[in-house]
Formats: sequence, structure tokens, C-alpha cells
Amino acid sequence: MKQRRQKVLVLYLGNSALDSRVKGWSLYDGTGQGNPTTGDSDTPPYATGVDALRDGWRVIQFPQLIPPYPNMEYTTSFQMYEFIFEKLEEIDG
Amino acid sequence: MVDKQYLLNSKQMATFVARGFLRFDELIPQEINEAVMAEIDRGGIEAAPAGTPLSQCYPEPSSIGHLLRMPEVEGVIQSLVGPDPLFDHQAIHVRQPRQGSAQGLHGDSIIDTRMHFDIQLMYFPHDVPLAMGGTLLLPGSHFRRINEMDIARYQNFLGQIPMVCKAGTILVLHHGIWHCGRRNETDQVRYMFKVRLNPRVRQLRLWNTEDLDGSVSKHKAIFTRDTSAVEDIQTILGRQEPWFEDAAGRLEIVNRIKLWRFLTGDNNFDVHYWLTRLENMPENLALAA
Repeated sequence: MKQRRQKVLVLYLGNSALDSRVKGWSLYDGTGQGNPTTGDSDTPPYATGVDALRDGWRVIQFPQLIPPYPNMEYTTSFQMYEFIFEKLEEIDG
Repeated sequence: MVDKQYLLNSKQMATFVARGFLRFDELIPQEINEAVMAEIDRGGIEAAPAGTPLSQCYPEPSSIGHLLRMPEVEGVIQSLVGPDPLFDHQAIHVRQPRQGSAQGLHGDSIIDTRMHFDIQLMYFPHDVPLAMGGTLLLPGSHFRRINEMDIARYQNFLGQIPMVCKAGTILVLHHGIWHCGRRNETDQVRYMFKVRLNPRVRQLRLWNTEDLDGSVSKHKAIFTRDTSAVEDIQTILGRQEPWFEDAAGRLEIVNRIKLWRFLTGDNNFDVHYWLTRLENMPENLALAA
């Protein structure tokens, strides 16, 4: 019997535009077919966020644009442009 | 005090400020590499209490003591954190064969907002091929204000460095660098020895500054090809890492300028006019024509 499982792709882009360049990436695989982990690839899966759409990924979260907190205007921290995508794939249950 | 010939030069210091690390390949001789491995196999390496001056740690016949007292190593340490820094802690990292997953990306200790910095020496006593899962580090991540494993969600970045090296290689990290141990896909156990050191003196011109002159601080033409053509201090501090976001990458250069000012005492130093422009707040009144 076929069952559906979620794969989640997180792309960290160069700016707030979905068609900007991929700077970082993470993959979580609910199908059990792969075991992605830290530092397992030096090549991004896509050049831009839109390239992921064209390959069938559905974007499920856009990053909000939040103004810097007062006195934190020059502070760097987490990646700001985190776009989350999903794919549902069928597996044999 | 170590002889001046073993101290870092200004370009090496600028590289550390910009990228948060320096590496010295095959620096440690093979007899020390083998002695350290044997010491680990005999049950480990005895650590001193946190806060002990380094000169009182690893007494003879400690092989790690031999390593840390090499003038080439002392010169690096003294350039970054001064003579006889404090021992913070040590760790022997062991990655078992065929280990299923990597460590999550992290910064060590807890969030640390100081301009002063500690260093971490990572020592690789045997060859580390790519498949063995050496330390992964992210150049230029040391100014990011994060707390330890908050960043474990990030798996890969453009420009990340998986440590692949020969035996006897030393990596010196700013305490804030993001890093992790990668998955070991070989049949061999991987070892890495790490020691963290705290400065006891103000980190001001501790390296060999004979190559620092007034030209370092002179403003240059900006947004021209010329600014990146010469490999000087400003060029090193202005070079973006591939993973930097478009806008935040500019803020990272500001972070570097501030640290360089702190380390040199030169409060007029700038790269690409980023801070000088912001510091221009004239209060004098224009004279009537």
C-alpha cells in the first residue's frame, strides 16, 4: 500500500527575493531513503529558490522582513532569508 | 617571550580577523604526532584546572607539552592571545568508524559578545582524508551572535571548509567560529585534540607589526577594480565569504574593521569607507557667504 511522506528542503538565499542565489541549504527526508547531515555536500541543490520551484518543490514558508532592533543595526546573527519547501513522495507502506 | 621570527605578520593577522581561523599544515613533526597518539591510547592526556597559566600545564614528559612549547606554535599563540595565556579546557574528540550522522553545526561555549577573543587550537595527529569526516568550519562566521547549537539546523553553506589534512596539522580558531565534526565514513577511528586558551593581556599589537605602516590606514578609491587588485590589509578585510548574504556581508566587513581597530589601536582605520561615512557627523556651522 502506498503512503505519502514529506521531504523538507530549506534554502538560505542571498536576499529576500525567491529568485536570489542559494547560500546555504538543509534537507530532511521523511521517506527514509536518505540521511542528509551536516557538511555532506559542497554543491547547492539549486542555484536559486525559483529553480527549486521548477523542480517540483512547493514553498511553504517565506521569511518575514523584520527591521533591526534598536542598537542591533550592525549585529549579524542567523541567516535572514530562510525559505522552506516541501515535496510529498509516495513510499511502499 | 618567543623570538620575533615566529610571530605572525600583519597579513596573517588580518586573515584571522577576516576569516576567524588560520591553518598550519604539517607543522608538527611525526615523532610528536606518534607520541600524542600513544598518550591518548594509554588513557588520555591529563588536563589542568581551568584558569591555569599555560606554562604550568602539560609538564614534562607530556607530548602535548612538547607541541605547545614548539616556538612555531608559541609564536602563533603569543600573536593572538599574548604570552602565557590561561588554559581553559581541552578535549579529545573521537569519531567512531561509520558513524551515522555528523555533529550539528555549533559555536563552542555560550554566546560571547566580547571584542576580546579566545583561541582554540585544533590538532590533527594523523592524516584526515575527506571521507574520515574531519572538522567542518565556516570561514567568517565568528562575529555572528548565536548561542551554541542554535544553528544546528544549517547543514551546508557555500564556502564551508571540510578539514582535509596531513598528520601534524594545526588549526587555530577564533572562539566564535561555527564548526562541527563530520560523519566518519571510513573504518578507522578519527582523533582530534583541542585546547582553548584565554588572553591575560590586552590584545594590542601582539604580533610582529614591523610591516604595519601609515599606508595601511589610507583611504583608497572605492567601487573600482583597483581596491581588490592589491593583496593588502584592506583587501583581506574586505573580501566576502561565498555564504554571506548580500547585505549582511557588508556588515561583516564592519565587524572586521572594528576588530582590526581594537587590535591595532588605530581608530581611523577603515575598509571601503564603510565606517568613516557613518562617523561623519559635522557639528560646525557653515559660514555665511
